[in-house]
This record gives sequence, structure tokens and C-alpha cells, in this order.
Amino acid sequence: MIPTISATALSRRYRDQIALDEVSLTVEPGTVTGLLGRNGAGKTTLMRIITGLEFPTAGDLRVFGEVPAENDPVLRRMVFVREEQAYPDLRVEHVIQVASWFYPNWSEDLAQQLLSDFALPPKRRIKRLSRGMRSAVGIVIGLAARAELTLFDEPYAGLDAVARQLFYDRLLTEFAERPRTIVLSTHLIDEVADLLEHVVMLDHGRVVLDAPADDVRGTAMTVSGAATAVEEFVAGRTVWHRQRLGSRASVTIADSLDPAEQAKARALNLSLEPLSLQQLLVHAAGHSADEKVSA
Amino acid sequence: MPALDDGTPLFVQIADQLADDIVGGGLAEGARVPSTNELAAFYRINPATAAKGINLLVDDGVLEKRRGIGMFVAAGAQEQLRAGRRKRFAEQYVDPMLAEANRLGIDTDTLVSLIRGPGWHNGGSRP
Repeated sequence: MIPTISATALSRRYRDQIALDEVSLTVEPGTVTGLLGRNGAGKTTLMRIITGLEFPTAGDLRVFGEVPAENDPVLRRMVFVREEQAYPDLRVEHVIQVASWFYPNWSEDLAQQLLSDFALPPKRRIKRLSRGMRSAVGIVIGLAARAELTLFDEPYAGLDAVARQLFYDRLLTEFAERPRTIVLSTHLIDEVADLLEHVVMLDHGRVVLDAPADDVRGTAMTVSGAATAVEEFVAGRTVWHRQRLGSRASVTIADSLDPAEQAKARALNLSLEPLSLQQLLVHAAGHSADEKVSA
Repeated sequence: MPALDDGTPLFVQIADQLADDIVGGGLAEGARVPSTNELAAFYRINPATAAKGINLLVDDGVLEKRRGIGMFVAAGAQEQLRAGRRKRFAEQYVDPMLAEANRLGIDTDTLVSLIRGPGWHNGGSRP
């Protein structure tokens, strides 16, 4: 099967700044991929190249097996919802109408349903919408387009927690009923962690993690309890972080534990807490920074 | 939404929750289990993760697929799961209890009388 996205040694330079540094990755059809990383890590640049808005400086990028730039048939198979997307100052209903002309799989029923879910007033002009409402317009278009490849780049500026949950729920329902390839870039990692099947993390323009989400979860644990017992348990393991308070210690180890090891920890009266995806990525980013310093 | 704790992989937790329902009788043998998409919407997880959880129970023979209809609880599933859990009962429940009793200086006789005694759940209450 042809991957939906494949990048090979993809680089993008702006004068002396490197936005993407030999990025290689594939995104399989019918998956939800989280594109994660700090500000300036290269997420938006990568999405702009995928959607043909920018050209790579070097390397190769394919979408549905073809180069996307200036390739209209390929571009019509994808929808890109950008952070703080600018729209012409039309009424909401007209922006939706214009979008419907562009996407061959557009669902008008879904668009109308989502407009009412997000309480978007169809007659209001875009300029008179709040920031959150403008973000919701992007989400409506992104979902109703039912494009084979759907890219969301930080789609929820100004959206409150309730509206974000609505977005996740609608995204999940749509994905379940009409499978498509979704790439979601976000800072709110723990909010979306359970929706992701695959995780790609960029740092300073490089891929520092590219793995199934199930493999990432549970790969690190925080062990806490009496300091002597904690130290006995973590001896010989890779330690990421160590904290002590009086006779208690809390140590983060880069290991998953099998049931026998978990039983041993319980016998030592230690508590085990897995790192969340967000905590894991903070560590991953920290380590790649360390490597850069020492390299 | 029922909270999933993130101690074990999500798909294992999905399998555990379904197994709990079968052991508890909430899902009777021969009953249809929720579809992958229903589980995904309920737990707010990726449908592929829900499918992995279901497949774990299919591999164990606890669930069976009936073509075109869905997944069903297999005959004998409840007893099979109960037998498996009985095997792990000592490790999961008795060993930690003994370890805590040992730390508190509760000897085995006291422990046994706590288990035998009426109203043990009142006497053992903790703040």
C-alpha cells in the first residue's frame, strides 16, 4: 500500500536557519498521527510542504505517492486547517459554501450539524466572530471536507475545554465512521494522547521520536517510596530524574516493568506511576537537547 | 466517561474492562459485545486501540466473531476468566495484604480472625 505521506531526507532552510533537517517519515493510510514538538520545532513547515504551500530545499516529499506542490488533483484530496487561519470577511455561511466547492467529498449535512454543535451564527461576518468561533469555523471545514488526508495545525486557538472536547468527540466519530488519514499537531498532548495511533515528535527540525502510541505509553515510570527501597529497586536502570524529600525518594526510570517487577515493587511498598505522553515527550526533548550540547 | 488509568497499555485496559463485565455477569455468554467504534466513542480512544483490546480476548477464546454480525461472548468464557483470575488471586490480593499486615505487626491469627469475623469491613476502616 502506498503511504499517505512519505518524506525522505526532507530539509527546508530559510537563509541560515534550518527549519527541517533531513526528516524521513511515513504516515500510513487510515491512521491518526500526532505531530508533536515545541514551538519552532518544524511542525508547521512540514505541514506546509505536505500541503504544497512551500517547497523543500532538499529531499523528497510524496503525498499519495506524488509530489503535492502545484498538483491540483492531489491537493483536492487533502484539507489543511491552520492555526489562526485567515478567512475573507464574508458571512460564516458563505465561507462554508466556498469551502464546499473545493472538496469533492464535502458533506453539507455534517457541516450544518457542526455549525449548530459549535453554536456558530451562519449570518455573522467572520470579522465579528470571537477567536474561538473562528477556530471552530476551521474545524467545521476540516471535518466536513471528509478529505482523505486531514491536517490540523493547532486548530483550537481560543476554544474552551468544552468546545475542544466536542472537537475530539466529533473527530473520533467521523474517523470511526469514515476512516481517513488524520495528522494533528498540538501542544495539548495529554488531551489528545488516547486518540493517537502514531506519534511523531520533531525537535529543532529533526525527528526525535517516530513510534506507535501504544509503544510509547508505559516506557517510563516514576518509582516513589522509602529512599533505600527506591534506590534498591532502580539500581542498574536508566535514571532520567531523581528527587529526594527527607527519607522519601522519587526516581523516573526509562523502563517498562513486567508483572514480576511490578509485584517486586509492591512488595517493597513502592508506588509506580507511568509517565504521561506529555511528560515522556518533555523528557525526549530534553535529552535530544543534551545530545546536541555534548555532540 | 469511565476513566482509564494509564498504568497498562490502553488496549489491555479495554480487554480488562470487558473481561470484568463478563466475570461480573454484566455481559452474559452469547451476548453481543460493543463494537470497536462504540468502545472508541465511549472511552474516547482511537478505534484501532479498541480493536486491539477486542482481539486480545478473541485470541484467548473469550470472544468469538460471528461474520457480519459482530463479536459475542463465547460459551465457557466466564469460567475461563474466573479460573485465570483465581490463579493470580494470591499474587494480586493476598501477597500485598500480607506485606502490609507484616509492616503493621498484625500476625496471621489476627489476620484470619479479621477475615472470619463479622463486620470486618467496619473494624478495618481507615480514614
